[in-house]
Amino acid sequence: MIRTISTEEITRNICEMCIEANHYLSEDMNRALKEAADTEKAPLGKKILLQLQENLTIAEEEMIPICQDTGMAVVFAEIGQDVHLEGTLLEEAINEGVRQGYVEGFLRKSVVGDPILRENTKDNTPAVIHCSIVAGDKVRLSLASKGFGSENMSRIFMLKPADGIEGVKQAILTAVKDAGPNACPPMVVGVGIGGTFEKCALLAKQALIRPVDERSKIPYVKDLEEEMLEKVNGLGIGPGGLGGTTTALAVNINTFPTHIAGLPVAINICCHVNRHVVREI
Amino acid sequence: MDKHVTAPITAEVARNLRAGDYVYISGTVYVARDAAHKRFMEVLDRGEELPFSLKNAAIYYMGPSPAREGRPIGSAGPTTASRMDKYAPRLLDLGQRAMIGKGKRTQEVVDAIIRNQAVYFAAVGGAGALLSKCIKKSETVCYADLGAEAVLRLEVEDFPVVVVVDCEGNNLYETAVKEFRVSE
Repeated sequence: MIRTISTEEITRNICEMCIEANHYLSEDMNRALKEAADTEKAPLGKKILLQLQENLTIAEEEMIPICQDTGMAVVFAEIGQDVHLEGTLLEEAINEGVRQGYVEGFLRKSVVGDPILRENTKDNTPAVIHCSIVAGDKVRLSLASKGFGSENMSRIFMLKPADGIEGVKQAILTAVKDAGPNACPPMVVGVGIGGTFEKCALLAKQALIRPVDERSKIPYVKDLEEEMLEKVNGLGIGPGGLGGTTTALAVNINTFPTHIAGLPVAINICCHVNRHVVREI
Repeated sequence: MDKHVTAPITAEVARNLRAGDYVYISGTVYVARDAAHKRFMEVLDRGEELPFSLKNAAIYYMGPSPAREGRPIGSAGPTTASRMDKYAPRLLDLGQRAMIGKGKRTQEVVDAIIRNQAVYFAAVGGAGALLSKCIKKSETVCYADLGAEAVLRLEVEDFPVVVVVDCEGNNLYETAVKEFRVSE
């Protein structure tokens, strides 16, 4: 059976998701930040983590965005192959939702229409949209408002197969160390391993959307996530980069088959305002 | 150590600040980020005056979200300071005393801080709602066409920051991290 969904519904949901993402942090992030405040060893680090708690309360109660960098909207649209979309083009519907959300929600417009000419588009469009066709008759929308303090510190390494898992570990540590205070720690580290150049970047971005308390289902990847979180926290960068035992809240790793000659590794870093909202229509 | 300072900040006050001090700033602070700094350089290159006095000025690297009705400003946390590294030494040499941002600075900026008895403060990145509450007044000074990158004059009250680089060149990002480093 074909199910018809109006693209107006997609616009309305995206609009609400933009506003929601920028004022309320997801439960997994809230829990992780609270736990970090309890366990942080550095007095200044602890003070900063408590300020972040207070910041979240103010954002929610007074409808002030959690962070002034309300990001560039990244949208993953998973379209069930039994869905018929009725109305405008999907891409236009999503961008219209972003436009409405950023204007009505008093969110900052941070997108320039051309990377060199740099004129602000004044409505935060276009969004970066990734569409995929999946089984079923539903549309699943995931929205991440991606701030650029941390986006700028993200890296891709095209390692050699001989570099192996040790090379991957080193790449992650190098990226986090270089990011330091710039990426607004405590950060969330999204890692993609495998695929091609662009596929591993996408895996890393998708890893950031996974809840921070959910580990990989692949046993060795789960172990790697846990080991790397401990190692990253051992770097001493701490909250705000001012020293401490909480540098990251999670290291989320996604993998994909790759070529016999390659071992791509992408590290997409997100700040502690890791905004993601998922809705199914 | 907790300290309270009033902005504009004199050299004498800056000299008493040390990396690691927790400081509450009250008074007048200017806001400028990438695009505004680029214009400052163009103004200076033409031999003209900047739109506000740099003498003892504190510049906050920030681009706020729009203010809701009845509020002076929206979310207002710091942006990454390193993008202003190219411009900062020239402004410090012209009298700017303090920078408020987040993240690492180049050696050229640290040298300019020492040379001018200046200071680099970090505000907590990503705490834009909390910091917004410390801003009592905001007005546009110039470059309104830059939107979120316009130059603003803020009146702040007990705005919380940490001294990262002091006038002797001590750098908290380097010293504090070493204290807690167990992996390489």
